Amino acid sequence: MKTREARDTRQTVRYTEYHPRWYRAHVSTWWWLAGWPYLKFILREMSSVFVAWFVVVLLLQIRALSRGPEAYAAFELWLQNPLIVLLNLITQFFVIFHAVTWFNVAPRAMAIRFRGKRVPDPWIVGVNYVAWAAISLVVVWFLVRS
Amino acid sequence: MAETISLEVLRYSPERDSDPSFQCYEVPLRKDWVVLDALNYIKDEVDGSLTFRWSCRMGICGSCGMMVNGEPKLTCATFLSSYAREKRPVRVQPLRYFPVIRDLVVEITDFMNKLQAVKPWLIRDQEKSPSEGEYIQTPEQLDRYKQFSMCINCMLCYAACPVYGLDPLFIGPAAIALAQRYNMDSRDEGAHERMDVLAQHEGIWACTFVGECTKVCPKHVDPAGAIQQYKLTAAIERFKSFLMPWALK
Repeated sequence: MKTREARDTRQTVRYTEYHPRWYRAHVSTWWWLAGWPYLKFILREMSSVFVAWFVVVLLLQIRALSRGPEAYAAFELWLQNPLIVLLNLITQFFVIFHAVTWFNVAPRAMAIRFRGKRVPDPWIVGVNYVAWAAISLVVVWFLVRS
Repeated sequence: MAETISLEVLRYSPERDSDPSFQCYEVPLRKDWVVLDALNYIKDEVDGSLTFRWSCRMGICGSCGMMVNGEPKLTCATFLSSYAREKRPVRVQPLRYFPVIRDLVVEITDFMNKLQAVKPWLIRDQEKSPSEGEYIQTPEQLDRYKQFSMCINCMLCYAACPVYGLDPLFIGPAAIALAQRYNMDSRDEGAHERMDVLAQHEGIWACTFVGECTKVCPKHVDPAGAIQQYKLTAAIERFKSFLMPWALK
């Protein structure tokens, strides 16, 4: 059931009728340049584009791998293209930025309670970093082993 | 002569001005003065036409919120001395993203309507009669929602939220945090009634988690946290209604 309130807020913003005239500032397209917190937010949002690119590269790698050694050699050659190297360096930066900024806001979204008390923020952030480090170590172990 | 500090205050008269403009005032720089004291000094001693809202001077009433050097602040809790070292004057503007009625006074009916829309009161399926006694709550149950109950409706979080600026239909940080305050109250049974308003696009899903609402909150309410936590609740409820339609109330 949709309540009346729900529909009303959807239709229009209501203001009181007793002020025939007021000033309403225009929100600039460049509002996100007004301060570092807002710029950081936009960069975090934009980082998802690079995360998507990273996924595409990974999928291309798996496809090359499944097509045999020749296809994989061609893929590696493509990776050495200076433009791709540059793009992947930028991607590296944004993927780390994406991970770090999301880890840091994780305690806002996760209100975990233990024995009736809320788990302190640094613990939730810490667990994320520990998990990241542990998984990275496993990946490194796989790479070094071969 | 005693030390002074310059204030640039945004002035707007709906009768005279088509656009607001800054007016500069020199006020005494006293260690114990907050921005609100400076505004009161201007109104009492320099220019009686300056219009602004205030009441308690102690961070409880939530009416003296303004932009100070571009940041949403309670002017009763913002000391002049913290700006004394800066070369430029202290800029005082009305709360961002709200229509300005006059000088530093903004139109808040939109916020009041949104506050009501989320039903910020205890809802019971069946009210107990007074003879049955009060609704008992443990300190632990109180602790679950206490943080969200500290909101003083000062609207600084709205002035910090670019989503509200770009889409005025967004229900906004404080209203959602207050809805969560009641949703998480062990005495309340109205969560499903609030969900219609909260789980729509202009409710929680409009929030892109900028997180500034939490940073500017003078009462450490953490509206950004309330919204993200409710996103999880709403998603789980949606899956439940999809997978187990018979479990719905």
